[in-house]
Amino acid sequence: MSNTYDPVEVTPLHADEVARMEAEAIAAINAAADLDELKQVRLAHSGDRSPIALANREIGALPPQARAEAGKRIGGARKAIGEALAARQAVLTAERDERVLVEETVDVTLPWDRAPRGARHPLTTLQERIADAFVAMGYEVAEGPELEGEWFNFDALNIAPDHPARSEHDTFFVGSVDSGMVLRTQTSPVQIRALLSRELPVYVVSPGKVFRTDELDATHTPVFHQVEGLAVDEGLTMAHLKGTLDRFAEVMFGKGIDTRFRPNYFPFTEPSAEMDLRCFVCRGASAVPGNPPCRTCKSEGWIEWGGCGMVNPRVLVACGVDPGRYSGFAFGMGVERTLMFRNNAEDMRDMVEGDVRFTLPFGMEV
Amino acid sequence: MRFPLSWLREYVDLPAVTAHEVADKLTAAGLKLESIESVGYDIKNVVVGEVLSIEELTGFKKPIRYCSVEVGEAAPRWVICGATNFAVGDRVAVALPGAVLPGGFEVGSRKTYGHVSDGMICSARELGVGDDHDGILILPAGTHLGADVVELLGLRDDVIELEVTPDRGYALSIRGVAREAAAAFGVPWRDPADVEPPAFTEESHPASIADPSACDRFVLRAVSGFDPSAETPMWMQVRLVRAGMRPVSLAVDVTNYVMLELGQPLHAFDRSRLTGPITVRRAEPGETLETLDHVVRELNPEDILITDESGAISMAGTMGGLETEISDASSDLVIEAAHFSASGVARMSRRHNLISEASRRFERGVDRELPLYASWRAVQLLVAFGGGAADAGVTDVSIDVEPATITIPADHPDRVAGVTYGRETVVRRLEQVGCTVTGPVDADGREGSEGASYPADVLDGPSGAVGLLTVTPPSWRPDLTDPNDLAEEVIRLEGYEKLPSVLPAAPAGAGLTEAQRLRRRVGRALAAAGYVETLAYPFLGVRDLDDLQLAADDARRRATRLANPLSEDEPLMRTTLLPGLLKTLVRNVGRGFGDVALFETGLVYRPEPGAPEKAPVLGVERRPAEEELATITAALPRQPLRLAVVLAGERDRSGWWGQGRQASWADAVEAARTVAREAGVELSISADRHAPWHPGRCAALHLGETLVGHAGELHPRVVEAYGLPPRTCAMELELSVLEDALPGPVQAVPVSAYPVATQDVALIVPADVRVADVEAALREGAGELLESIRLFDVYTGAQAGEGNKSLAYTLRFRAADRTLTVEETTAARDAAVALASERTGARLRGA
Repeated sequence: MSNTYDPVEVTPLHADEVARMEAEAIAAINAAADLDELKQVRLAHSGDRSPIALANREIGALPPQARAEAGKRIGGARKAIGEALAARQAVLTAERDERVLVEETVDVTLPWDRAPRGARHPLTTLQERIADAFVAMGYEVAEGPELEGEWFNFDALNIAPDHPARSEHDTFFVGSVDSGMVLRTQTSPVQIRALLSRELPVYVVSPGKVFRTDELDATHTPVFHQVEGLAVDEGLTMAHLKGTLDRFAEVMFGKGIDTRFRPNYFPFTEPSAEMDLRCFVCRGASAVPGNPPCRTCKSEGWIEWGGCGMVNPRVLVACGVDPGRYSGFAFGMGVERTLMFRNNAEDMRDMVEGDVRFTLPFGMEV
Repeated sequence: MRFPLSWLREYVDLPAVTAHEVADKLTAAGLKLESIESVGYDIKNVVVGEVLSIEELTGFKKPIRYCSVEVGEAAPRWVICGATNFAVGDRVAVALPGAVLPGGFEVGSRKTYGHVSDGMICSARELGVGDDHDGILILPAGTHLGADVVELLGLRDDVIELEVTPDRGYALSIRGVAREAAAAFGVPWRDPADVEPPAFTEESHPASIADPSACDRFVLRAVSGFDPSAETPMWMQVRLVRAGMRPVSLAVDVTNYVMLELGQPLHAFDRSRLTGPITVRRAEPGETLETLDHVVRELNPEDILITDESGAISMAGTMGGLETEISDASSDLVIEAAHFSASGVARMSRRHNLISEASRRFERGVDRELPLYASWRAVQLLVAFGGGAADAGVTDVSIDVEPATITIPADHPDRVAGVTYGRETVVRRLEQVGCTVTGPVDADGREGSEGASYPADVLDGPSGAVGLLTVTPPSWRPDLTDPNDLAEEVIRLEGYEKLPSVLPAAPAGAGLTEAQRLRRRVGRALAAAGYVETLAYPFLGVRDLDDLQLAADDARRRATRLANPLSEDEPLMRTTLLPGLLKTLVRNVGRGFGDVALFETGLVYRPEPGAPEKAPVLGVERRPAEEELATITAALPRQPLRLAVVLAGERDRSGWWGQGRQASWADAVEAARTVAREAGVELSISADRHAPWHPGRCAALHLGETLVGHAGELHPRVVEAYGLPPRTCAMELELSVLEDALPGPVQAVPVSAYPVATQDVALIVPADVRVADVEAALREGAGELLESIRLFDVYTGAQAGEGNKSLAYTLRFRAADRTLTVEETTAARDAAVALASERTGARLRGA
C-alpha cells in the first residue's frame, strides 16, 4: 500500500456522485425489458468497467482516514445495485419462464407408437412361472427330447404294449408304427431320463411340448404343453405329493383355491390320483341340482387339472432305483388348461394361431 | 359305465340320498362321475288304457286310425293314431290332454284328420325309452287300467355315467359299482352273481381249449325250445336303453343285460348251426371269418377264435360270426361265457379296429370265476321270458391258474400314504374289496407266498415288527398285483380327501441352468425389441420346403416322417422354424396386421443320414446298460433348439412425427446380434447365398468358425410362394450352439477417469469392399487406445468417385492411465487408416 496519496479529492467518491451512479444503475436495471438487456445492464453498471467498479478502485488512493467512509458509501451502492439486479433477474426469469411455458406448449395427448411392441407367448411365460414355483421349492428343471423312444414314453413307464392306456394316448408314430419312436405323448419320459441321469435324491420339474393325434378345436390341440414333476427320495409319501400340489395350486391361482384329490389310474404311478380344481366360473354351484348349468365344468363343479401319484415301483426298477429304499411322487399338469383357468383364455385355437392380438396383452410375464 | 340308479339300488341298500350324493361318493372312490341325467321327471299324465275300437280312416297319405280307448274314466277317450301295430284289446300308454312327454312336449286335445283327438297313444320313443320304435308301446295284458305309466315302467330315474379307468374292468358292471357303493356308504349289498347254479355233472355242448394262453375258462350252457318271438320285458328294455344299449331281441337283450349287471360278456350261438365240438384256438394262416357286421375279416395267427368243425365261428370276446348268429327263428341256444386273455383280446380288437362292449371288458379284465354264474343267470332269464328249458348240463373247461398272493408289511399302506391307518383298518379295507388276508406271518411264513411281494430287505427290516400280511386278491381284481396296488385300495377307501398336505423338504437345488436362463433372456430381449412370440406346430409338408426354394440336396429336406400325420399335407417334422413363422406372419397380415415381427424358439428335428430306422424297445426288469440306451439315442434324430424371427412392414412406424422405416435385412441381422448379446458372444457377419434368403441380402452368422445361422431379406420367389409382404425378412439360428458357447460370468472392465479424444476419418474404398473388413482393419490398426469405433455415414456419389464409396467413422481414443496427447491419438488414427488401406485399399477422403 502506498503512503502517498492523491492530494486531490477523488470526485467519484463524492456522496452525490455515488448516489447518482447508484440511481442510474437502478434505473437501467429496472428498465431492462428482458434477460438479454439485463445482461447488458449488468455489464454496464456492475461489471469490471462499470463506474461504480472504477470508483471502488479509487478508494485505495484516499487518505486512510477517508477510506472507511468512502468504502462504506461505495459498498452500500454496490449492494443496492446487486439487490436490484437480483430482483430484476428474478422478475425477468419468471416472465421468461411464463412465456416459454405458453409458447412451447405441446399437445401431450399426441399418440406415440413409433416403436413396435413385442410380447412373449403366455404359454412360454407360464411354463417359466411354473418352473420358478418349483425352483423355489428346491427343484431343478429337467429336459428331454420331443421325438422320443417308445421305451421312454411307454415301456419304462409301465405301459406295456397291449395296455389299454397305450391306445388311449392317440400317439403320433415316427417313420412306421413299429419304429420304436414316437412324438412323446406326455412329459413323463423326462422322469425316466432324470432318474437315469441324475443322482438321487431327484427333485425335478419339466415343462414341455407333447403330442396327441387330436384335431384342433376350442378345447383340443394336437400339440400342447405339460409340466411334469418328479420327486424320488427316501420316505416320500402321498401326503408330500398333496402338499406339493396344494402349494403349486396356490402359487398358480392364489390363496384360497379349493382343490380335490381323487383316485385315478396311471400305469406309472400307484397309487394314482387326479388333482381337481373347484370350477372358477360357477364355484361348484352348478353341481347342485336345480342350479343353472356351467359350461366350463360341465356342471361337475370341479375341473381336472392334472394327474399324479406315487411313482410305480416298477418304474423305479426300470431305472435302476431300489424301490425298497426310495419312493417318489410324480405329477403332470396341462399348461394350456392352467392358462385357461388362470388367465381366462377360452379358446385353444387362440393359443396356437399366433395372432398378435392374443399374445400382445401378455407382455413379458403372465 | 352308464346305468340307471334304480338298478344299483336293487342290489345296494343305499340311504335316501340324491343321485349326486351317490356320484360324489363313487367319484371319491375312483369311479368318476361323467354325467347325471334325470329322466322321466318331466313326464306327466300318461296312463294305461285299453283299445276298445279302431276305425281305419281313408283318404290320407298314410294309414290313420281313430280309436276309442278305455282309461278308467267315466267314458272312453277318442284318439287319432298313425301307428298300426296294435289291436283291439291291447293295453297301451295313453297321454291324456294336459300330459307332458320327455322334452316338455305337451299333449292337448286337438282337431286332426277330421276328428278331435283327445290325447295320444304313445310309442316307447315318445316316452323316452328307445330310439327306433315306430310302433306303439304294447303293455302287458292285465295291466291295471288308468295306472300311471311312469310308475308302472319305472321311467322316473337318474342315469349315472361313470368314467372307468383301464385297470378297473370290474366296475363296468352293476356288480362292481354296487360293491364300491356299498363300501363308500358302509351299507350292505347283495352280489347279483350270487345265483347258485345247480351242480350238473353232464356236459352241455362239447368244448375244449387248445391254447391255454388264449383262454383259461370256457363255459357253455344251452336252452332248448326257446320262443324266438318272445318279447323282452319292458323293464329290461328300459334298463338297457338307460344304459345306452338298443333292445334287439330277447336272446340278445338277455346277454347284454347280464353283461351290464355282472360284467361278464356273453355270446349266444344258434345250436342248430354249430357243427361238432367247439375249440378255442388261435387263427390259422389265411383263415377268414365273416362277422356279425357283414365284414369278412382276414384273421391273424395271433387272433383268438371260437371254432367248430366248420372253422371259425366267433372272434373271442370281440365279435361273433355271422354264420352261427342267432336269428328270429333260433329256438335252441348255446350261451358262451368265457375268460379270454386280456392282452390277446386287446391286440385282436386293435388289429381289426373292432371295439365292442365285450372287448372293452375283456381288455380291462373280467372275473375268471364269473362264467359259471353269469351263464346260469342268462339261462334263467331266457327261460323265464322266452320259455323252453335249460339243459341239465354245463360245459366248464378250466385251465388251472394259481391265484397270486402279495405279501406286504401291514404298515405298507401307511408308509405310502404318510398316514397311520393301523393294521386293523388295512385288513378290513382289503377284505372289503374282496381280498383274502392272512397273517400276521413271521419272516419264515412268507415262503408260501407267490407272485409279487415287497422286496426281501424290507421284509427283513424293522417292518417285520408290525407283521406281514399275505393277501390274495379276488378273481375280479386282476389289476391287484403289487404291494402299491393294495396300498391304493386302502388309501382310496379311507378317502384321498383325508390325506394330510405336507410339503417335503427338498434338498437345495441349483436353480436354472445357464442355458435355461439364456432362453428366458433371449425371449425378453426380442420381445423388448418388438417381436411377438409364436408357437407354431412343428409339422411340415414337402411343399413348405419347396416354397423355401431349397435345393434338392439341401440338408433341411432330410426330415423325419410321421407314420400317422394329422394331415397328409404335413407329414414331416420341421427341420427349420421358418415355414411355421412365415405362415403365421401371413395369417396376421391377412387379419389386418401388416407391420409384424414374430419370433419362435423351438426344437427342429434333424435325422442323421444312416441312422437306424428303428429304436429298440428295451426290457423293464432292470436299468438298461448305457450301451443299450445308446441304441435308442442313435435312432432318434438330433433335436437342436433353434430361434427364428420374421418381420415385414414398418419396423419404425410412420406417424405425425414423420416417415417411418420399413423392416429390412439389417433388422434381421440385428435380431441375431440381439440374441448373441444376451449370450455374451459376438457373431461375425459375412455375405452368403443361402435359401430362402435373397442372394444379395443374406448374412451368414458365425460364432468363431461355427456357422450358427443366417439372416437377411427373403428371396422374392419365397415371398411370392408364401404370399408374404414384399421384402419380408428373416433370421434363423441354432440357439443350442450359443448355449454350448456361453462364456461364463462377464468380466468387469475398469472405467478410465481420463478424457476421451475423438478423431473422425472418412475413407474412400472400392464399392465392393465389405464394411466389416474395413472396420476390423481400423480396429486392429488403432490398437489398444481405441475405445470405440462408429460408422456414421456411408456415401456413394460423385465426390466418392466412380465405383467407390465413402465411409465416415468416428474413432474414440482413451487411455486407462493418462490423458492422451494429440500426437498419440493422431498416430493411432494414422495406424488405423494405414492398416485399412493395406487390407482394403482404403484411402483418406481428400487425400
